[in-house]
Amino acid sequence: MPALVRIGRTLRRTLLQAVPTMLGIVILNFFLLQLAPGDAADVMAGEAGSATVETMAALRSRFGLDNPLLTQLGHYLSNLMQLSLGFSPRYGMPVADLIAQRLPGTLTLMVVALMVAILIGVVLGSLMATFAGRLPDRVLSVFSLLFYSIPSFWIGLMLIVFFSVKLGWLPSGGAGTIGSRLTGLPALLDKARYMVLPATSLALFYVAIYARLTRASMLEVKNQDFVRTAYAKGLTPFGVTARHILRNALIPITTMAGMHIGGMLGGAVVVETVYSWPGLGRLAFEAVMGRDFTVLLGILLLSSLLVIVANAAVDLVHAWLDPRIGAR
Amino acid sequence: MAPLLQVENLTIRFPRAEPVRNLSFEAGEGETLAIVGESGSGKSLTALALMRLLPRGAQIASGRIAFDGRDLIKLDARGMRHLRGRDIGMIFQEPMNSLNPVMTIGRQIGEVLRVHERLTGRAARARAIELLELVRIPAAEKRVDDYPHQLSGGMRQRVMIAMAVACKPKLLIADEPTTALDVTIQAQVLDLLDTLRCELRMAVVLITHDLGVVAQWADKVVVMYAGRKVEEALPGDLFDNPLHPYTRGLLAASPRLKNDFHYRDGALSEIPGSIVSAGGETGCPFRPRCAEARASCGHHMPPLTVPAPERLVACPFTVPVEAMPHAAAFSL
Amino acid sequence: MSTTDIATLRGVATDRQVEAAEQPAPPTPAEAPSWSNMRAPDARSQQSAAVSVTNGRRALKVFLSNPNALFGTGFLAFVILIALIAPVIYPGDPLSMVGRPFLWPGQNPAFPLGTDSLGRDVLAGIVHGARISLFVGLVATALSLTFGVVLGAVAGYFGGRIDDLLVRLIEIFQTPPSFVLLVVLVAIARPSATTVTLAIAIISWPTVARLTRAEFRAIREKDFVVAARSLGYGHRRIIFSEILPNALPPIIVTSSVMVATAILMESALSFMGLGDPNVVSWGSMIGTGRELVRTAWYLTALPGLAIVVTVLALNLIGDGLNDALNPRFSQEG
Repeated sequence: MPALVRIGRTLRRTLLQAVPTMLGIVILNFFLLQLAPGDAADVMAGEAGSATVETMAALRSRFGLDNPLLTQLGHYLSNLMQLSLGFSPRYGMPVADLIAQRLPGTLTLMVVALMVAILIGVVLGSLMATFAGRLPDRVLSVFSLLFYSIPSFWIGLMLIVFFSVKLGWLPSGGAGTIGSRLTGLPALLDKARYMVLPATSLALFYVAIYARLTRASMLEVKNQDFVRTAYAKGLTPFGVTARHILRNALIPITTMAGMHIGGMLGGAVVVETVYSWPGLGRLAFEAVMGRDFTVLLGILLLSSLLVIVANAAVDLVHAWLDPRIGAR
Repeated sequence: MAPLLQVENLTIRFPRAEPVRNLSFEAGEGETLAIVGESGSGKSLTALALMRLLPRGAQIASGRIAFDGRDLIKLDARGMRHLRGRDIGMIFQEPMNSLNPVMTIGRQIGEVLRVHERLTGRAARARAIELLELVRIPAAEKRVDDYPHQLSGGMRQRVMIAMAVACKPKLLIADEPTTALDVTIQAQVLDLLDTLRCELRMAVVLITHDLGVVAQWADKVVVMYAGRKVEEALPGDLFDNPLHPYTRGLLAASPRLKNDFHYRDGALSEIPGSIVSAGGETGCPFRPRCAEARASCGHHMPPLTVPAPERLVACPFTVPVEAMPHAAAFSL
Repeated sequence: MSTTDIATLRGVATDRQVEAAEQPAPPTPAEAPSWSNMRAPDARSQQSAAVSVTNGRRALKVFLSNPNALFGTGFLAFVILIALIAPVIYPGDPLSMVGRPFLWPGQNPAFPLGTDSLGRDVLAGIVHGARISLFVGLVATALSLTFGVVLGAVAGYFGGRIDDLLVRLIEIFQTPPSFVLLVVLVAIARPSATTVTLAIAIISWPTVARLTRAEFRAIREKDFVVAARSLGYGHRRIIFSEILPNALPPIIVTSSVMVATAILMESALSFMGLGDPNVVSWGSMIGTGRELVRTAWYLTALPGLAIVVTVLALNLIGDGLNDALNPRFSQEG
């Protein structure tokens, strides 16, 4: 199974590269946490109402906050090893649990948006490449550049105005009808209705990116000799595009798709605040407003990890698509 | 009976140039026709025109391509697709880039069979292995799952050939099939092509700039210059007694033939200059580079004349065949 | 969301390509397609230094004959002009109450774009908002260009340990989602025009460094650089007068898009309430208007349009620069 060998090798290499990066990010995270105004003791004192200097000092020594920096870093690392990201007094629960609670919402939103963006982007890009230089290409190019320039939070609000306020077709926020007792397919449809607008807002920018990428990539592949060979075999234009051009063109597109995972996470933060979508982004926003830096930095750390995992996944897809990778 | 392929007055036009003008030639069943010329002479465009695969912007302005009783120029896209790969196979110059890098060679060969013979999965694969054996790829059973990058240049060209002959075409167009290969492998590949031609009774149109190839493998030669046919002959006649000044220059410039063929006065041992744009010119296109050019050459393109049986030449100032000393003295 | 660091990703792409070329471990066959004609914004900088000796005059001619690029340049000039004369045409504080609240655009000629819930002039807000958007966009880009180019040049030119270190550093900065990192930085430092600008510069410099490094690595092996070295020129001279000019075209293209990205980031931050609270910005106007989007949607729509058109202008310029500075692309179509 040469494809499996290829994928296995790629996986090993990717993981080896990811370890030092992750460590660096953890340390960066630790120092940012140190820089944050106020420590856990301050927060707790704040929650409690008032505290004397003595109780503050006691709290600090109990949490090890008066130890030297390196010792604290050691603590931080060993906590992380046990998957502990700290405790959020504001929510009264461990940050890790808090994030685990919100993560599925964000992931669903991201995956849906990414799928939509890739699907529409690849179709539009193929169209643009087919009509390169002609009217459809020009019109679509202008649109893609426009999508590329629209802030997602703004288009999100505009979609709400149009589809929720004026037309009343779709809900303007939330992730499902509150108090509904739907199950099975109706429940899924209900969720989908809430998903449409946020996913569209998030996807629009990436539709533009993938469309332009696909166009460029297909034009590049189209001029390669093997495409002429395919025509010489008697394949239909559709057959040539589907079987020969697209697969080769997809190779750079997957690379790019992986690189946008991080961007999409960032995008989700803003889109979730627009639509009150219960995800990490919304949590980050609440953490900023509540100045809850433990939560905020936990999110930063986890989203970095997510990016690394996504990149590894893309490398694997890449290895599967391109037999030349890791050959011999 | 009409020959299998008959091209008449083919003219290919770009928006601002006519890279091929009034070209006629024919190739019969089991016959190898070589089209010779420098790069830019329009020979590769001619090959693509036969497949109706001209690059964007180029179009067939006029002429007729009669193949097996049909005019290919009048055929619709669907009809043409049925011919491509089934009745007409084609091999390209660069075996490196002519194969899809992300598909195994077995699937690429199988694809032709799927399209034209409606073979599926296992049958296509079995035939692909047979074809790999036919083009003498060792361990075909294993190689069938290889990707192009795992093969050498010569092997890739063999795969291309296997693909081109998969449906036993009547005509095989080979566009510089060995240019990108090592000299030692060139002969093997050409040998293979020749064997297949005999076995499958194919007509072969061999596009090349290499006169050595022509001498050894062609039944008939067409010499092209700036999109026009300047000479046509049997290879023996051509090498013994080149008539057009361009052909003579080409022969003298051909390194491998130089040893056996010394052009008498040595004046044209290489041709000065390069092909000038063929668009809008009147007169003989070779005139600027021709040592024997006269004022009248600039007036109009010299018509093709028949100086001897089975010969054509487009130059009025060529020495008559009978008057040539040592005619046929250098037979190859 | 559009504030994503596109430029970052572009840098990653460039570098990945270079890495792929450098890594001996899994030998990628030489005939792997290089995707040199990529024309997507993300792929812009994938062009290598191979064609970097660009004829400036020719490039200018190509740029000037591109209607989209000219439109972009014209509109950007207009926005810059507006930003410059804002204190003249609207001398008062744009955050102060000037009229009846909730005037729709066109309702009162004194407030052509209407007033918000506190009776503030929307047009005055948009005109003044141009100042902060452009300030943050331009200054953040200038800062990250300076740091990025210097670090990238040093790493790419000298290679070795410094290079390894920088590559790690870039990796560490580019892995966390840039907008999340930006939010964290601004939240920790407390929002003001300065901190927002600095934070955007901090998350954008790795892009430039990555790109510059890749260019320098490619150009450093070129004949003219080897010649300069054999003539005994100093490192400084080789870096700044031999290599840098040739590495500039992709950096210039990237920088126009970086300004656009920075403007989008600033607006997203302001929208989330992480902008400078004392200055009116397009993002903060949308953030305020958001609560009233059901009744007075023009409060959201108008400043958003200002962002879209400004960013579009910058992207048009970026596309135009790309076509002009890369000869291979201009042949296309």
